[in-house]
Amino acid sequence: MMSQRTIRLTIAALGGQGGGVLSDWLVATAESAGYFVQSTSVPGVAQRTGATIYYLEFCPRAAAGAAGCEPVMALMPVAGDVDCVAAAELVEAGRMMLRGLVSPDRTTLLASSHRDYTIAERSAPGRGPSDSGALLAIARTRARRLIAFDMAAIAARHGSVISAALFGAIGGSGVLPFDRRQFEDAIRASGLSVAGNLAAFAEAWALAAAGTVAEGSATAGGRAPAPPVESVPAALRERLGALPAELQSVATAGICRLLDYQDPAYAALYLDRLERILPLARRHGSGSLALAGVVARQLALWMSYQDTIRVAELKTSLARFARLRREVRAEPAQVLRVTDFLRPRVTDLADTLPAAAGERLLRMPRLVRWLARATGGHRVRTDTVTGFLLLRGIAALRCWRRGTRRFREENARIESWLARIGQIAPRNHALAVEVALLQRLVCGYGDTQENGWRHYSALLAAADELAGRTDGAVRMRRLFEAAFGAASDAALERELRGLASAGGPPAA
Amino acid sequence: MAERSFTCQVEALRLGAGAEFRGEGIHAVTKALLQSGVAYVGGYQGSPVSHLMDVLADAQPLLEELGVYFEPSTSEATAAAMLAASIHYPLRGAVTWKSTVGTNVASDALANLASAGVTGGVLLVLGEDYGEGSSIMQERTHAFAMKSQMWLLDPRPTLPAIVRAVEQGFELSEASHTPVLLMLRVRACHVYGRFIASANRPPPLTARAALAAPAHDPRRIILPPATFDQEQAKIRERLPAAQRFIVERGLNETCPGTVPHIGIILQGGLHNSVLRALELLGCADAFGHSAVPMHVLNVTWPLVADEIRRFCAGRRAVLVVEEGQPEFIEQALCRVLSGMECPPQLVGKGPLPAAGEYTTEILRAGIREFLHSHAPELLAGAGALPAASTLAPEQRERLAALVPARPSGLCTGCPERPLFAALKLLQRERGPLHISADIGCHSFATLPPFSLGASIMGYGLGTASAAAFGGAGPGRTVAVMGDGGFWHNGLTSGIGNSVFNRHDVLTIIVDNNYSAATGGQDLPSSRHAAPQRDANHPIAAAVRGVGVRWIRRADPYDISATLATLRTALTASQRGPKVIVAAGECQLSRQRRVRPQFERARASRQRVVRARFGVDPDLCTGDRSCVRLSGCPALTVREPDDPLRTDPVTTVTDDCVGCGVCGEIAHAAVLCPSFYQLGVVHNPTRYERWLARVRGALIGVLQRRSVRRRRRRDV
Repeated sequence: MMSQRTIRLTIAALGGQGGGVLSDWLVATAESAGYFVQSTSVPGVAQRTGATIYYLEFCPRAAAGAAGCEPVMALMPVAGDVDCVAAAELVEAGRMMLRGLVSPDRTTLLASSHRDYTIAERSAPGRGPSDSGALLAIARTRARRLIAFDMAAIAARHGSVISAALFGAIGGSGVLPFDRRQFEDAIRASGLSVAGNLAAFAEAWALAAAGTVAEGSATAGGRAPAPPVESVPAALRERLGALPAELQSVATAGICRLLDYQDPAYAALYLDRLERILPLARRHGSGSLALAGVVARQLALWMSYQDTIRVAELKTSLARFARLRREVRAEPAQVLRVTDFLRPRVTDLADTLPAAAGERLLRMPRLVRWLARATGGHRVRTDTVTGFLLLRGIAALRCWRRGTRRFREENARIESWLARIGQIAPRNHALAVEVALLQRLVCGYGDTQENGWRHYSALLAAADELAGRTDGAVRMRRLFEAAFGAASDAALERELRGLASAGGPPAA
Repeated sequence: MAERSFTCQVEALRLGAGAEFRGEGIHAVTKALLQSGVAYVGGYQGSPVSHLMDVLADAQPLLEELGVYFEPSTSEATAAAMLAASIHYPLRGAVTWKSTVGTNVASDALANLASAGVTGGVLLVLGEDYGEGSSIMQERTHAFAMKSQMWLLDPRPTLPAIVRAVEQGFELSEASHTPVLLMLRVRACHVYGRFIASANRPPPLTARAALAAPAHDPRRIILPPATFDQEQAKIRERLPAAQRFIVERGLNETCPGTVPHIGIILQGGLHNSVLRALELLGCADAFGHSAVPMHVLNVTWPLVADEIRRFCAGRRAVLVVEEGQPEFIEQALCRVLSGMECPPQLVGKGPLPAAGEYTTEILRAGIREFLHSHAPELLAGAGALPAASTLAPEQRERLAALVPARPSGLCTGCPERPLFAALKLLQRERGPLHISADIGCHSFATLPPFSLGASIMGYGLGTASAAAFGGAGPGRTVAVMGDGGFWHNGLTSGIGNSVFNRHDVLTIIVDNNYSAATGGQDLPSSRHAAPQRDANHPIAAAVRGVGVRWIRRADPYDISATLATLRTALTASQRGPKVIVAAGECQLSRQRRVRPQFERARASRQRVVRARFGVDPDLCTGDRSCVRLSGCPALTVREPDDPLRTDPVTTVTDDCVGCGVCGEIAHAAVLCPSFYQLGVVHNPTRYERWLARVRGALIGVLQRRSVRRRRRRDV
């Protein structure tokens, strides 16, 4: 009993992306082309930012005429039986593949390659977003035909919506037997933002018709390349040149960062420290300089710890002011107001004072309490002359930095960190690399940072015990993951307990 | 004012006889009600039937022309009780809600209505929120129909069948003096299709006119001995009348098929899915012609024994396709068939799963198994799925790791986000609290990143579900309730109860101005309600009225102040229930209201300021504490520009509405100095432009000087 088969199309979108509008446009197009069409959806609570799915079927009126009755269409897609899946986001395309709706013998997969990160991807610290490249690679093997490009960028370019670009992609891919005019008329008939929607539609149509598969995302920033060696002052360039080739770019970035942060002498201190670790890495790394590479990166980040002076400096930089105007695409005739949310704590104040004065301040509880009330949250209008000068004044304290309480503290911490790496590297090189990476824990500001420091200390304490074990590095990795940005210490404590109870295999 | 405008749908309600109606299933129901001469309509919004209420709310002029009374009821119980108008008077009445949750709420009135019996036709349009897209516990409306002896329609999910079910539903109700339930699954409510309209019929008697002769009839009152007679009448008179009507009017449909020895009995609502499953097995075509005979139950309660026996006569095996559990129809069919001389083997749950939604895949597998046992010859032409179309296990595993779940969450700029951030900060200070959650957008606070709330017991029952802890002492329990739930029943079941029983519970009432989760419908406390409603009644006044003495108002966008209010509520020495009304307008509705105003002002060269937030990428260290405290969709992550940083940094997207919560959180939680607010001044004044130029010049000089100095130093 095989006869006419309806055309089956699934749309996967996020709540608020306009999947319903797209569905309406497809219905209008099909009807003007003389087709029976049925669409349905399960929006429900998913309208609020969750994943939604729309399903449509098409059948020519002529075929129904021949059969003497109207077709009976299904209300949900069936795995292995969908002609076209149109996904308004890349992970949603992945979800459709996971449901089996994309099959190699039948399905044209049209996907926007941009990412709209899920809450898990956004909130878990250290976790990167899902690998778009890997998703696209699977999509290539799963779909009969894959068309993927950044439709969010197209929508943004034309002041349109992603559904207009997806509509163009559906049209351009040729999966539906309708004329371009019929598609465009549907957009015109809806009467809203017609010009922008038609422009997005046209660009997507062309890309889809050409079978484009392009990775890329509007939300992903481009990582800047390391600065050129020429930006390093002549005095340091020779020492930099003496470093192994694989350390060149990271060390250059490190030097430039510290020049910007403090002065050439500070950058020289960075090189001193790096040169101290280098022989260790050479001797124990069995040919790999991974340890030196990690230290070169983490050391530069640690040495440029973000104190009040640094914050004030970055907030008032020329580059930032230009970036802010770009960010909101402010036109020359528009005025931009910049309000910064700063909340210095008493410790931040003490940190910025000369070490002895800072210590004395923190030993005066009544004064600390009084200051705590005075130093609440501040909103600083950095675009005004007073606001700017206030921050610039703090930034100017840079010349004192070496005398501040915070500098003494961080310097001592860095030295002890390097010393520990030096002690562990001969016994367990892999663990030394993990210890070098522990610097990542000490990120953020305020409570977040204090928490991170607590975790760092606990993990460093465990390193001694782990140094004697072959699985030391793996264990340390697990401890790190349990500690990194966790809301509570429960996971870390569990891991630490497990460490104490289970004796591991001793190192060879 | 609902989230969407339904102007086009209202136009379609005016279509005359012979015109083609195009639209969604639930809009077709709305049109069918008017074609049936309905006199009054009520109901409570909720997916998937919200649009019925929304369209009628926008169709006030048409309803007035026809003489149809419409009201958005404050609860399903109210709507069900409204049907009392049809007990004595020949008024056709219809109500709608989300089932089974709404039917649970309405049950008291419904059971009494079913016992009393009706004179005018009564139709309950129930959105069966079951399976994919559902937001409630998984149960069947079928049980309500059986226990109260009301009739249950489950029509084929195409518009003509749905419209017919509405029209015949009223007639069935009148013929048997029984309320009729029309259940529509989620996809059927949203299915787009066509039907040929007929003219709207003004009700022969309007509700107002019926009052000319007020009725009283002790036989219709729910008191003994009338109740005993009513039970007898249900079984002796109303049930046979309904069964007669079903047969005479051919409400159920039979498709003869080509093989005589097997058959399928199915719920009408599953018709399209069953046919598609058969098509994929090579046993049906795209136009509904099936080789396997089918008996389609468009009425799933009551069953008509003779009709079923006629279909089953001479067959060796019959498959029952009945979604959900328990398998009421299958059990009833067993009894019906036991009366036959040589009954067919009845197959149902077994090849088909005992619980869960019947997707087409599941139906295909179940029907294949049935045919394999009883008519293998039909499977000869069955197209098996090509092996390549299924995912290999290792590929599935790899893919699953790349596809994180995408749960629903609070929208960008939602006023509930800062409230729950404050609650999270409060827990950080005081340790974990027992939090009773409720139904509404705020239910999403039970999900990451907030993960706040121990239980959800029902709409408006947040405070009531903390009752057992009422005597646990001050500062121990927190209950959350939305304004929707509050007016639905929370004022009495929760607040009133906690006053009466001297509970030391803190109730946070989320006052966002609308019934937001169901699409932004008006409530008694709405501040921008439609003119025909008497709204704008403050929640605080109602709470005070039932005896609460400790009431505070919180502006959730001011997190520090909200946190302080929460702290006070939990530490105050005063005993008794405490209520915080956290008032902030639903941002989705607010943007719909405010955005056009902004655009108009900007276009007419008025000075307007657009605010949005940002994160300095060089200051953000990628710890994401802010995301974990907020979860705003516009607060996301990206690769760092910095060549040394490995961890992604936080960033604010263009969707930001400038609500200010990021900055507030950064302050309240002592997070980090990365956040900033940008105010883009459109059409600035001349003074403002001059001032900006002066500021820019001075600041620029200083900035350029410092760049030059540094460059000289680093040669």
